[in-house]
Amino acid sequence: MSAHAEPTAPQASAPRAGLAGRLWASPVLRKNLGAATGLVAVFVLFTILLAATRGLSFADPDNLETILRQTTIVALAALGATIVIVSGGIDLSVGAVIALATVVIAGLLHAGAPPALAALGGLAAGVACGALNGLLITRLRVVPFIVTLGTMLLVRGVAKGLAHDQKIDAPQSWLNELLARLPTSRAWLLFPPGVWLLFLLAFAVGGLLVYTRLGRHIFAVGSNEQAARLCGIPVARVKLAVYLLGGFFAGAAGLMQFSRLTVGDPTGANGLELNVIAAVVIGGGSLSGGEGSVTGALIGALIMQTLQSGCSQMGWPNWVQEIVTGAIIVAAVALDRVRHRRAG
Amino acid sequence: MAEGVEATPARFEMRGVRKRFGATQALGGVDLVVQPGEVHALLGQNGAGKSTLMKVLSGAERPDAGEMKLDGAPYAPADPQAARRAGVAMIYQELSLAPHLTVAENILLGVEPARRGLLDRTAMRDRAARALAELQHPGIRTSTVVGTLPIAAQQIVEIARAVAVGCRVLVLDEPTSSLAQSDAEALFALIARLRAQGHAIVYITHFIEEAQRLADRFTVLRDGQTVGAGGAGGAGGARGGGEMAAATVPTIVDLMVGRRVEQLYPRGARVRGEALLEVDALQGMGKPAHASFTLHRGEVLGIAGLVGAGRTELLRALAGLDPIVTGRVKLGTVTGPATPGARWAQGMALVSENRKGEGLALGLSVADNLTLSSLPAIVRPRERRPLTERWIKRLDVRCQGPDQPIGELSGGNQQKIAIARLLHHGVDVLLLDEPTRGIDVSAKAQIYELIDGLVTREAPPKAVLMVSSYLPELLGVCDRIAVMCRGRLGPARPAAEWTEASLLHESALGSDSEAA
Repeated sequence: MSAHAEPTAPQASAPRAGLAGRLWASPVLRKNLGAATGLVAVFVLFTILLAATRGLSFADPDNLETILRQTTIVALAALGATIVIVSGGIDLSVGAVIALATVVIAGLLHAGAPPALAALGGLAAGVACGALNGLLITRLRVVPFIVTLGTMLLVRGVAKGLAHDQKIDAPQSWLNELLARLPTSRAWLLFPPGVWLLFLLAFAVGGLLVYTRLGRHIFAVGSNEQAARLCGIPVARVKLAVYLLGGFFAGAAGLMQFSRLTVGDPTGANGLELNVIAAVVIGGGSLSGGEGSVTGALIGALIMQTLQSGCSQMGWPNWVQEIVTGAIIVAAVALDRVRHRRAG
Repeated sequence: MAEGVEATPARFEMRGVRKRFGATQALGGVDLVVQPGEVHALLGQNGAGKSTLMKVLSGAERPDAGEMKLDGAPYAPADPQAARRAGVAMIYQELSLAPHLTVAENILLGVEPARRGLLDRTAMRDRAARALAELQHPGIRTSTVVGTLPIAAQQIVEIARAVAVGCRVLVLDEPTSSLAQSDAEALFALIARLRAQGHAIVYITHFIEEAQRLADRFTVLRDGQTVGAGGAGGAGGARGGGEMAAATVPTIVDLMVGRRVEQLYPRGARVRGEALLEVDALQGMGKPAHASFTLHRGEVLGIAGLVGAGRTELLRALAGLDPIVTGRVKLGTVTGPATPGARWAQGMALVSENRKGEGLALGLSVADNLTLSSLPAIVRPRERRPLTERWIKRLDVRCQGPDQPIGELSGGNQQKIAIARLLHHGVDVLLLDEPTRGIDVSAKAQIYELIDGLVTREAPPKAVLMVSSYLPELLGVCDRIAVMCRGRLGPARPAAEWTEASLLHESALGSDSEAA
């Protein structure tokens, strides 16, 4: 505060302590401190490794932008998965829904539809899958794990059927630029539109979870469904909304996947749901519900993408990446439990 | 237990036991001596150190100082398994049975008889059956899956497990808290038999009357110290209630609380207002079978009865949580069934008997739990904080603040927030199911005061429908009491016309038996 009053004063430790104090007081940072530390650690590690062994700069702005672009698909889906996991549910159909969305978008473009309509079609396909998940879970009262295990296969089958078991090529359109590196003429945008969309939606979901009745109800249902019912919360409606949102974000991730691949691939995004769930869990989400945050999930997605980029730039084979990623997931969650026990 | 038996060592002896967790001294030099064939009641509020003491005794925690002896030999178990092998078994409130295994498998868990690596099922069955027969509960079949048994039977299985491996010291932690009156009686009989067989029994309880009835001697803990105990030597003889009976209930309460409790059941001037809730021939799915009553503004109507009589089901049906098959519910001017959400809107809501499972979302904050039922579409933390702080202050809730997870609060403070949730929403008719279950004596007194305030000091006064299995509390708090028996609710009569005996009688036999 004194820094504002006396701008000429030499940079003492007091103003920095003030800023650090304020940051420390921010619950968003405090809750995600573990995950954020992990991200910084992974980043610093690869910066040093790459500089020492290959003379590459990991912290290069171009490289950072590439990592962000590559994170967008998993991160968008993770926004939906955060909502689902906070509600105490799980969605295994995310990968299949992403594939279906790319097929629908490519199919519509191929048939001559305008790009905006095709994009909406992809989102609608995602929402429809979410509706299917939500209705099956609330009406049949089957646990989400089983329902979405079923719809994972079902949706994948539909995608393959629609695409006649092959990739659908689509004519060039502005959809392809959503996640492409920005041309120099539009460098003022800083990030491609897809990344901006991610930021926008992340803010929206963060706000939804913290500042709306629906958001608090989602937390309550995940924390104790019986208590939520007792409090007069329409549990089934909340769950339906949760899976609709989950489907919407899978659809959005599908749109980005299409933008990156420029084809509709019914076999794409295979197993991606596990990366998405891992991102949420690394970010502090609890699979038993009632815990999780958007910031955490985004950090989780970034950690995994940073690992992947770092490993491939080091020239390490794929299997090393997989071992490292697996170890990080287990370590992250184990650390989180230790922290919880201390706090409790 | 008579005097002059100094030669035989006590079954169990604890001297000067101390235990510190960080900054808190959980135990500051506790003595506890239990003879063979003695039931020893351990009394104290939550946080008095009972649990820590029992953890030390059962090997779950190591004491910092002090000595322990079992039958005269030094006793220092490394873990609960070692304690059990030495002959000390804990029966916790939350039973530690494997619900998917059978009775026999549970009783012999970890000590399964085997021949050349293969389970000897016949021997298992026989040994389990023998253990149950020894407890005079041969009716429990050894092949039954434990999860399908009622709680009371599960408890007996748990006790049989301890007896089957030759435990000589049994520690029972609040064993009747989840039992119906008749099951509790069966348990008391079982405890008497175990005593006759020479077992030493440490009986932890909140219910002083219960301890008085069962125990030969007692120890009261407060803040980790022994603050009172029944003297040495047996004036009581073989039957229970020896020295315990000499100490009066108020004396023990004062010892537990550490100050004089002026009035456990405060009672303001109660004025009965208009009828708020009229229930006519209500029938739910199975239970309740038939319930009719009228609840007025400014009164507390109590419902007594055995566990399983359908009291909770009645409250749940009223709250819209369970379906209503036939019958009429008139709430203010509204008639007919409704969803839980609609009931809240109409001004009637339930505080569940099961705080952990149903009443509260333990992982969420105090503020979240308080406002869950009455959130605006957009939540503003800046408005919610001071609002929550006002409730915390008004009900004297002990917590760090609105953001603390409610699971970290004590039972009594959790319950205050559970009730505050209804008040914050502006509910007129409060359905309270076992509102003081599992909370300690001084918190109970505060809950009684709160309930009394609801019907006397609120403007306009509220109406309270309260289910309780603790009869002194019903008689002390309620204006009128009705008894539920096998799903049928008897007529409501003024509390002054009831006694514990008549309530028990009608609970067991129904209101028709009165002519007899």
